[in-house]
Amino acid sequence: MTDRKVVIPGEVIFEGEDYLPGEGTEKRNNQIIAIRYGLAEENKKLVKVIPLSGVYQPRRGNVVIGIVENVTFNGWVIDINTPENAFLSLMEVPRYVNKDDLEEVFMIGDMVVAKINAINKRGIDLTVKLKGLGRLDKGMIININPNRVPRVIGKEGSMISLIKEKTKCRITVGQNGLIWINGDKIDDELFAKKAILHVAEKSFMSGLTDEMKDWFEENKEKKEK
Amino acid sequence: MTTKKSEESSKEFKRPDGRKPNELRKITAKVGIIPNADGSAMFAFGDTIAIAAVYGPKKMHPQHAQNPERGTLRCNYNMMSFSVTERIRPGPSRRSSEISKITEWALQPVVMIDEFQANVVDVHINVLQANASTRCAGINAAAMALAHAGIPMKSLVQSVSIGKLDKHLVADLIKEEEDWEDGEGATDIPITLTQEGKISHIQLDGKISKKQLNEAIELAKEKSKEIYEAQKKALKEVGEEK
Repeated sequence: MTDRKVVIPGEVIFEGEDYLPGEGTEKRNNQIIAIRYGLAEENKKLVKVIPLSGVYQPRRGNVVIGIVENVTFNGWVIDINTPENAFLSLMEVPRYVNKDDLEEVFMIGDMVVAKINAINKRGIDLTVKLKGLGRLDKGMIININPNRVPRVIGKEGSMISLIKEKTKCRITVGQNGLIWINGDKIDDELFAKKAILHVAEKSFMSGLTDEMKDWFEENKEKKEK
Repeated sequence: MTTKKSEESSKEFKRPDGRKPNELRKITAKVGIIPNADGSAMFAFGDTIAIAAVYGPKKMHPQHAQNPERGTLRCNYNMMSFSVTERIRPGPSRRSSEISKITEWALQPVVMIDEFQANVVDVHINVLQANASTRCAGINAAAMALAHAGIPMKSLVQSVSIGKLDKHLVADLIKEEEDWEDGEGATDIPITLTQEGKISHIQLDGKISKKQLNEAIELAKEKSKEIYEAQKKALKEVGEEK
């Protein structure tokens, strides 16, 4: 199957022994049945459903943006827009922290960029031990639908590098739909925000990166006036 | 299946709005109508309009209501004060809390939320305009909204009200028919079916023979296919846009 098709829960995607049920599907009486609403895709006889909507589903390795909700004796509880709260352990901070001074590193209400280290029964474990992770001090945060994040990033980051280049802003896109923008001028930040929201709104279009190039040409003039 | 004999007798039978006995009102279905919800849908049987919004899965609050074994489905049915001719008092009532619970039970067999331990999926159903069959429209809208929110489900559900007016079986009652007084009077049977044709909810208000009840269920099965097509079309339209 080359093109993907939209399936609804309970719909038969394939019939017969040949196929294997993957994510979002189930095998019932020799039929592969969708159990989620989304796009059905088949790859080497493995059938899966890519969700189109709904809440963010955390995965290992995702970079997310969250807000510190609580400070405990050995780490921080961070809200990353998931049903499960995420935990950032003291061990996952790249410097020595005195156990009495946890609040010096992250306070309640701070915004943090973190990577999902592991997902287990107890919850989600985060880390900030890599480059580019840690507290966000300046800039602005905007929120988009997490299902549209792949379009904002683009193929191999093409879209986000275009936006970064045109607006001269530093941007971090969290997989959970939170996006951090930081530029030298507030106008640059607002321009980047407008561009990202435009991408999120037009996310169904194909050839969106080229379309965005035109969009920047159009809007650049308006901005200068 | 209606037998030949009952078909003949029902031919003479006239419904107040001129529909055929087994004819549903015009179905309107839309998905993604509430931007801030995780999933949303609208479903209408003619002038009975219900909207549903789904939020979650999210952490259950208060904590003592959490179920550590499986996720919880929580439905809330509400009729807007302007949904009927005579303004109804807003807020929860005996009737609305009963229908909330009924909706929950109708949807429970198809939603697969066992893995969302200590979490809750909230379904809010609002009836904007009512002309009987509001719980059926609400359940249909809720099923679509749950699918739209990306909740794993065995299948969608379809709900339809079957009525017995005097001796005649009819599909999709209106208020005027609900208050039928001629002959044996009116019997209202809302039925919810899963894709496999299993009953997930049935209520009965009135009197009916065993034989006719079976006929009513067969009629509901037949009609639920039409509803399924409408639900499917609405969901696929939104999906293809993206």
